[in-house]
Amino acid sequence: MTTATPRPGTPGPKPAPPPGRTGVPAGRPTGAPGQRAEQHRADSSAHHERTDANPTVVPGPRSGPEHVTGAQSLVRSLECIGCDTVFGIPGGAILPAYDPLLDSPSVRHILVRHEQGAGHAATGYAQATGRVGVCMATSGPGATNLITPLADAHMDSVPVVAITGQVAKPLIGTDAFQEADITGITMPVTKHNMLVTDAAEIPRAIAEAFHLASTGRPGPVLVDISKDALQAQTTFSWPPELKLPGYRPTTRPHGKQIREAARLIAAARKPVLYVGGGVIKAEAHAELRELAELTNIPVVTTLMARGAFPDSHPQHLGMPGMHGTVSAVGAMQKSDLLVALGARFDDRVTGQLSSFAPDAKIVHADIDPAEISKNRRADVPIVGDAREILVELIEAVRGEQLADLTTWWAQLDAWRTTFPLGYDWPDDGSLSPQYVIERIGAIAGPEALYTAGVGQHQMWAAQFVKYENPRTWLNSGGLGTMGYAVPAAMGAKAGAPDKVVWAIDGDGCFQMTNQELATCAIEGIPIKVAIINNGNLGMVRQWQTLFYGQRYSNTDLGTHKHRIPDFTLLAEAMGCVGLRAESREDVDRVIRQAMEVNDQPVVIDFTVGADAQVWPMVAAGTGNDEIMAARTIRPLFEGDEITAGVEEIDAVTERAMESHGE
Amino acid sequence: MSETHTLSVLVEDKPGVLARVSGLFSRRGFNIISLAVGQTEAPGISRMTIVVSVEDFPLEQVTKQLNKLINVIKIVELETTASVQRELMLVKVRADATVRSQVLETVQLFRAKVVDVAPEALTIEATGTMDKLNALLRMLEPYGVRELVQSGMVAVGRGPRSITATSAR
Repeated sequence: MTTATPRPGTPGPKPAPPPGRTGVPAGRPTGAPGQRAEQHRADSSAHHERTDANPTVVPGPRSGPEHVTGAQSLVRSLECIGCDTVFGIPGGAILPAYDPLLDSPSVRHILVRHEQGAGHAATGYAQATGRVGVCMATSGPGATNLITPLADAHMDSVPVVAITGQVAKPLIGTDAFQEADITGITMPVTKHNMLVTDAAEIPRAIAEAFHLASTGRPGPVLVDISKDALQAQTTFSWPPELKLPGYRPTTRPHGKQIREAARLIAAARKPVLYVGGGVIKAEAHAELRELAELTNIPVVTTLMARGAFPDSHPQHLGMPGMHGTVSAVGAMQKSDLLVALGARFDDRVTGQLSSFAPDAKIVHADIDPAEISKNRRADVPIVGDAREILVELIEAVRGEQLADLTTWWAQLDAWRTTFPLGYDWPDDGSLSPQYVIERIGAIAGPEALYTAGVGQHQMWAAQFVKYENPRTWLNSGGLGTMGYAVPAAMGAKAGAPDKVVWAIDGDGCFQMTNQELATCAIEGIPIKVAIINNGNLGMVRQWQTLFYGQRYSNTDLGTHKHRIPDFTLLAEAMGCVGLRAESREDVDRVIRQAMEVNDQPVVIDFTVGADAQVWPMVAAGTGNDEIMAARTIRPLFEGDEITAGVEEIDAVTERAMESHGE
Repeated sequence: MSETHTLSVLVEDKPGVLARVSGLFSRRGFNIISLAVGQTEAPGISRMTIVVSVEDFPLEQVTKQLNKLINVIKIVELETTASVQRELMLVKVRADATVRSQVLETVQLFRAKVVDVAPEALTIEATGTMDKLNALLRMLEPYGVRELVQSGMVAVGRGPRSITATSAR
């Protein structure tokens, strides 16, 4: 059954703000002429000026002094720094800021329905555009509702600036109405935060926040501004001077380390380029490809790096980790050299650390020195910007005699051929979720943007959508935030209005943040949401199937059994087109129908089987050598031969059950 | 006793900096043995002396994570042999007329000072390394320690050079 509802009464989309209005895009401080990075790459576009962080350079036009209120100073600062979109909700303490916001010619405020939506939207905006995402909330509950998205952006290193109102300075510390110590609360989940109680400090605070968020290892920065500071009279001038004596991120790699890495790369017989999200953040995909093709080294892209290297490229082995491909996991396990680029050896990639890639030497390149040797000791540490590192590595490797990788590729190709990603159709005749996701990817294509929630649908979206471009796959990798997909898609679409944006969501995730569909409908942000509705908290249910004796404790959401909520009706109630697909025949037609709708959000309820599982899988608590390609297939890497034995499979399952997962 | 290291950490003198540092230690599972904070000769810069135990985490992780804090300007590890390390202790010891002279003799031996006298008790001020203060305390314990308070360790590198000079900017 498929329903489509024409919506004559829906307000037309509000025109997106014209591009390139005020100032320089945030997050790309322009380097002073003659800086080393520019000499180094004369053809670099504005895109590539994320270089030596010079704390004195603030983007934006010279302006002021103007006699204004603190609130006006805030809005003028946002305008000058190039912020074009703010996601937020007003409230008591932030109210003064909303008054001048109404008159801003260049800052578009998108009124969301929940602050969590504002935070994830800012993240989606940032991930899609590479610019700083901005969200705004009032004090107390408004601010605390931002915690989850801030923690999420922190884990995934996303440049986000959150601006919160605070109670007036004399009331701070008195348990005043809607008071929360948000700088105290968010300290562990932000890159930095600050409390501003003096109106004169507002421009500098905003400039510092944008600078901190977008340079070095990006991350969220919260600026808490007291209400009296917003109301006070002050003078505004731009640019302010940054005072960050303790902040000097290293972007230029050390020459000796580069040469050492190049030597290891040239000599390695079984090398792997282990690519993380840092490559996308540094806009280093072109350089990555150049290095990969120059050296013929296989590439794996982590969950945060899908799209950093084209899936169609013959050197791409896919995603490593818990639900990675057998070839990607096997390549890392058997490797003699891992070249980690903007990756952090997360436990979901390494599995049991003690048995991870036991014979590999490690070249670890990252902008954050604290990531290097945190989980796995690096033989060659390189601190710097991924793009600059790659440029120098390419240069250094050119001078080396490269080892022959024919044997290695024969091995990798054998794994690839024997254990390709795949799925079986459910026995019960229900719709295969993997098929649905595969078809969305095929029909919407590699130019579209995809966001996901967290769980089975996320893993399938990482596996079965084929990514060719960076910034096309947005998900909550580190924190694993259910409910990320819809608001992130909203933010992505607001930042990239010409792109088709699909939120691939689960029925559990969708019910956490779907209120933002109302925002999308009213603000003219026509995203497309595919609910992979298996009626359950699918990933938890999968673990219950595998490790808890099929005792399904509290995972049935009733979205199948009772059809509560009815997602198509819910969609329509929120001003979206609601569609449903229940059989294989429906899938393509409904996806195409959704692709036709460009003036309204679309929600599709794909009613899929509950028993589909994510494979391959490295069970938590086990090592990557024990990867299972499917429930009954275990590739054995020992002796470089591929075999599968029933006893081994039982043994692995047993060990995983003993560890009770986490 | 586990391996300890002494770190001198220059930080911006801003509200919340101590919370950032101590919060970092607790959430990363690092072990603080002692922490002392105070102003320096450079305006706007405070100095923390942190003694850390590095049983579970390498010192490198501790300093790298500390360096990520925006308000942290500089971190220097002070080797025991190349630095002066001092702690201050105030201890109130039961000392009536019968044992007072013995207590005073101990105070003399450790080059400590009596800073308050009452018929029943003496308050003693002592500075020194942790080892010296522990030794003094062991000597005083038999008389009855009524109250004990200790500052964190402070330390400064030997020689003419200053760790603040280049970083004050």
